[in-house]
Amino acid sequence: MELVISLAIGIVFGSGIWLVLRPRSFQVLAGLMLMSYAVNLFIFVMGRLWVDAPPLTHAGTTPNPALLADPLPQALVLTAIVIGFATTALYLVVMIGSRGLTGTDHVDGKEPEL
Amino acid sequence: MSLHWTQHLILVPVLLPLLVGALLAPLTQGWHRLKYWLSYASLLGLLANAVALIAMTDGGHWQDGMGIYLAANWSAPFGIALLADRLSALMLLLTAVLGLASLHFTRTRWGRIGVHYHTLFQFLLMGINGAFLTHDLFNLFVFFEVMLAASYGLVLHGYNAERIRASMQYIAINLAAALLFLLGTALIYATTGTLNMADLAARVPLLAGDELALFKVGATVLALAFLTKGAMWPLGFWLPTTYAAASPPVAMMLVLMTKVGAYVVLRLWLLIFSDNAGAAAGFGGDALLYGGMATIVFGAAGMLSTDTAGRMAGYAAIVSSGTLLAVIGYGQPALVTAGIYYLIGSTIAVAAFLLLIELIDRIRTPRSAMLALTMEAFAVEDAPDEQTGRGVPAAMAFLSLAFAACALMIAGLPPLSGFVAKFGMFHALLNPHGIGAGTVAVPTSGWILMVLIILSGLLAVISMMRFGVRTFWASGATEAPKLHRSEVAPILFLLGLSVLMTVQAEPMFGYLKRASDDIHRPATYIYRVLAEPTVPGTTSATPSPLSSKEAP
Repeated sequence: MELVISLAIGIVFGSGIWLVLRPRSFQVLAGLMLMSYAVNLFIFVMGRLWVDAPPLTHAGTTPNPALLADPLPQALVLTAIVIGFATTALYLVVMIGSRGLTGTDHVDGKEPEL
Repeated sequence: MSLHWTQHLILVPVLLPLLVGALLAPLTQGWHRLKYWLSYASLLGLLANAVALIAMTDGGHWQDGMGIYLAANWSAPFGIALLADRLSALMLLLTAVLGLASLHFTRTRWGRIGVHYHTLFQFLLMGINGAFLTHDLFNLFVFFEVMLAASYGLVLHGYNAERIRASMQYIAINLAAALLFLLGTALIYATTGTLNMADLAARVPLLAGDELALFKVGATVLALAFLTKGAMWPLGFWLPTTYAAASPPVAMMLVLMTKVGAYVVLRLWLLIFSDNAGAAAGFGGDALLYGGMATIVFGAAGMLSTDTAGRMAGYAAIVSSGTLLAVIGYGQPALVTAGIYYLIGSTIAVAAFLLLIELIDRIRTPRSAMLALTMEAFAVEDAPDEQTGRGVPAAMAFLSLAFAACALMIAGLPPLSGFVAKFGMFHALLNPHGIGAGTVAVPTSGWILMVLIILSGLLAVISMMRFGVRTFWASGATEAPKLHRSEVAPILFLLGLSVLMTVQAEPMFGYLKRASDDIHRPATYIYRVLAEPTVPGTTSATPSPLSSKEAP
């Protein structure tokens, strides 16, 4: 399971890096999104991989930490997703503004001279 | 027993801008005067609060000069701890002062051309202040994002093609850096199981083997995020373009934001990789030192290579970042004292210069700039035919004198604060243990650092003089520009502060010495944060984390 998930994170992050280095702004945006997915998964995995272990305790019982998943990375992921979503949406707006004002979707705001 | 009221002041720098910013959001542009004054009131409040915090940390009101606020009454490693000590109180004061100058500058023009300028500005202050106060890594990430999100909006303020183009790169770089921040935080959590900085510092010495290696990877990735913000070479290429494109009052706040990166490196690095850190002690110091040196070279070369004032200011900020990072990496407490003085002085200098640029641009019409360049290129001697007896208009005199003062500060020439800062750094490099403690051989890296600082000053003088000559002497401007009082006042204010810093250098260095001592004593800090009691009676008692550990 560890191997599969680390390979998956690596592939998603790698594709993200490749896209971020592309010249069109939409590709950059897609790359940033892929990278943030990979990072979110990464944070999640940093609480170690568990199967069938809830991150919550039942009220009134004495919890046994060995049976519970680490809840903190899950909380962190939630925050990271929200913030990442908001900033990506903002970037999308700037991207559309740039397209409208400069007439090109190149990240430099002008077409490269061929 | 309840919390002493003064402890709530620690939270004010975050809450006040948040509330005022939210209050301003629904007001339409018809109310711009009210918005401006509300914003102003918030900044005056922040200023007073920062002064009060300085008085309390330095005046012995709080034990060890540290005021701690436990958010939601959770004891330290479980909840978020906000901490005000001498250094963070000083940074809060710097933020309030620069914010006030920037806001005052926007009164006539910049504050009116966008609907939510003041709201974003308040949120920016909230993010910066929060980053100075929080002592939890993930909370630091949140405050960084608040600060950055506000700055994205502010850089776009006064929407034109150049700003959009700069923003595209600025936002992309910072989104990528935020991802690195998250990766680093996650790795640190995975290896140490904590995000609280004090708890982290207590656990690092216990790491060994694979865990330690992973932790170092995490710390490096995290540092990359801060150094991107702090514009260390080769992570700082975004900076000059962004500074030159942003409107002046925003650009001067961006100068402060690069210093947030340097501040976090200063605090975290000294805390986590201190001499008590066991196997991890001093990790990455060389990288900071040599990276900082490379940054100085890059910034100084950049200053020389450009003739746009905005880009010049950007490169000046890079030089100051580089100097700071090298000073931190050099790892010597006395040098850090002078380094913090330099941080404050250079931030004020570059901020004043950025505001001045807009006013100077009014006399620097494209035609006159081109004429000056052409005459230089063809070596035309431009001797006036006759001496005319006309006086220099007051506006021109102000602009040129203020420019000269900025140039002196940025280049570090006497008599202004830049010189005192450099003098302090050289003194610390040459006498590591203070005067009279015997001569100690200065390592080669120390000599290299000194040479680089002097050379960067020389290059700054050359490029500033070239710009000054082209603008004030060769531009052929005959008409004095119209300056508004609200635009002149903040520049005078910042320059006056710099003079004050020079005159009051001794008490300031005394304060900075105590601030630097604080951050060089991680053991006291760790003990204070982890032992901070919660307010009893409101929640069921949480087990104290110190019960199993020994107090240092």
